Amino acid sequence: MSDLIDDPAPGQNAPEFTVSEISGEVKRTLESTFGRIRVRGEVGRVFKARSGHLYYDVKDDRSVLACTTWKGQVAGLSVVPEEGLEVVVTGRLTAFGAQSKYNMNVEEVAVAGQGALMALLEKRKKQLEAEGLFAPERKKPLPYLPQIIGVVTSPSGAVIRDILHRLRDRFPRKVLVWPVAVQGSNCAPEVARAIEGFNRLTPGGALPRPDLIIVARGGGSIEDLWGFNEESVARAAAASDIPLISAVGHETDTTLIDFVSDRRAPTPTAAAELAVPVRLDLLAWSENQGARLARAAGQAVQQRRQRLNDLSRALPRPETLLETPRQRLDQASDGLPRALTSVVQRRRVQLSEASAALRPSTLRQLVEGRKDRLRNLSSRLTLRPIQQDMQRQKERIAQLGQRLDAVQRQRLERQRQQLSAAGRQLEILSYKATLARGYAVVRAGDMVVTTRSAAQQAGPLQIEFSDGRLDLGAALAPAAAMGAADPKPKSKPRTKPKTGLDEGGQGSLF
Amino acid sequence: MSETQTPVEEMSFEQAMAELERAVDQLERGDVALDDSIALYERGAALKKRCEDELKRAEEKVAAITLDASGTPTGTQPLDAG
Repeated sequence: MSDLIDDPAPGQNAPEFTVSEISGEVKRTLESTFGRIRVRGEVGRVFKARSGHLYYDVKDDRSVLACTTWKGQVAGLSVVPEEGLEVVVTGRLTAFGAQSKYNMNVEEVAVAGQGALMALLEKRKKQLEAEGLFAPERKKPLPYLPQIIGVVTSPSGAVIRDILHRLRDRFPRKVLVWPVAVQGSNCAPEVARAIEGFNRLTPGGALPRPDLIIVARGGGSIEDLWGFNEESVARAAAASDIPLISAVGHETDTTLIDFVSDRRAPTPTAAAELAVPVRLDLLAWSENQGARLARAAGQAVQQRRQRLNDLSRALPRPETLLETPRQRLDQASDGLPRALTSVVQRRRVQLSEASAALRPSTLRQLVEGRKDRLRNLSSRLTLRPIQQDMQRQKERIAQLGQRLDAVQRQRLERQRQQLSAAGRQLEILSYKATLARGYAVVRAGDMVVTTRSAAQQAGPLQIEFSDGRLDLGAALAPAAAMGAADPKPKSKPRTKPKTGLDEGGQGSLF
Repeated sequence: MSETQTPVEEMSFEQAMAELERAVDQLERGDVALDDSIALYERGAALKKRCEDELKRAEEKVAAITLDASGTPTGTQPLDAG
């Protein structure tokens, strides 16, 4: 065969194709051979053209398949492809003849497996959380008693029945149901549009705007609930001005809308319970408040009446208020003139008492009295007492003189006697008496010489005898002998006053 | 006494309820001047009436919204959800 090709020759019967013919052939072959197929792979680069068409790659570790979804088909996709998402795409292989490239036209994209779905959900959750859509401060409080409740759910099925039933039990309200598909590819866009639609309604319009929205769906698989995990639904719920309760699936199913809703109810029935209070309870409460109101108001009046009564009882009568003061006034005004006259009277008495004493005769009497006294005193003023006194003194002096003389005489007498007694005594005791018996006293001058040696050394000696002195040697000065014979006269002079006291003195020649 | 004095008819049930509760409390405490207590009672009575009216108007009316082809609401139709 190769020889044949290698060896080209004109007129061979192999058909000749134009480029367009062959590319058309290939396109036909591709489309007819493969038909509708499903391909699994990871979404690569995604490009959404301005025209609305979607171009993206689906790849595995070795190959890349170009995919397109036309504008009209995009709305039908249950999952919009995102880069990195593991998907199974469904569609037809075709070729783009102009460039001899083949690609796959995708009608449906499904997430491949639960793990991939959860990963996708996790990714969205992180993104929305990062945007702050889950923040608690974004949550709006639910109205206590909504007038109109908008329910976004399927119009047929157990969910709306459960909600209406529970509402009827608690508090029948107006309910607007916005019918949506609760699963499948239409679910997310319809739910999002329903939430936005309720928010667009004007209060009090032909279609009244609800003041609470419940988005509800019964339980199901994660794929069934997937619509409520779509970002468009979550964003619509977050943007809703009307408070929104989400009640999707069972308690264990948590979908993206639950994170952005203002309240999450575990079940549709619970959503109805969150939505309205129990009417009968409120009626009872209202009755009770009414009764308390009436009682309290009545009591307020009653208490004040009671207090008024009490106070008015405590209030004294006006007459009694004046009685005491009036009595006092009477008493005072009664006593007033009397008091005045008595004051005047008293003063007058005082005056007359004072003025009575005030007369010239009084003064005169006073002067007279003083004069008398003066006279009396001056009459007593004489020399006689002094003269008498002098006389008395003179007599006394005379007496004293006499007594002095007598005393002095007696004294002198006594002393004379004493003296003579002493003289006699002296005579008796004197050596002179010895002299009479033959003894003599030898003197040298004034000194008494008692030994022979003394006498030898002395000058002239004098010998005293009982009848006189004899000088030896000189034998002169008999006068001196006389003087020496009397050594005592030294204490001769005696004063009179001392005489009585000094007995020690030897009497002399007196 | 409520300084705001929103007309009772314009109050939501919840507002009316809260104010009625306050009015009752104040009256029961008995520290309201007599004039004020009468006014307060009248307002309380109006509030109670408002609450009761609201409670009486517990009508059930369920409607489903009808949509046109583009998903825009066009009106309502009674819904019989059984």
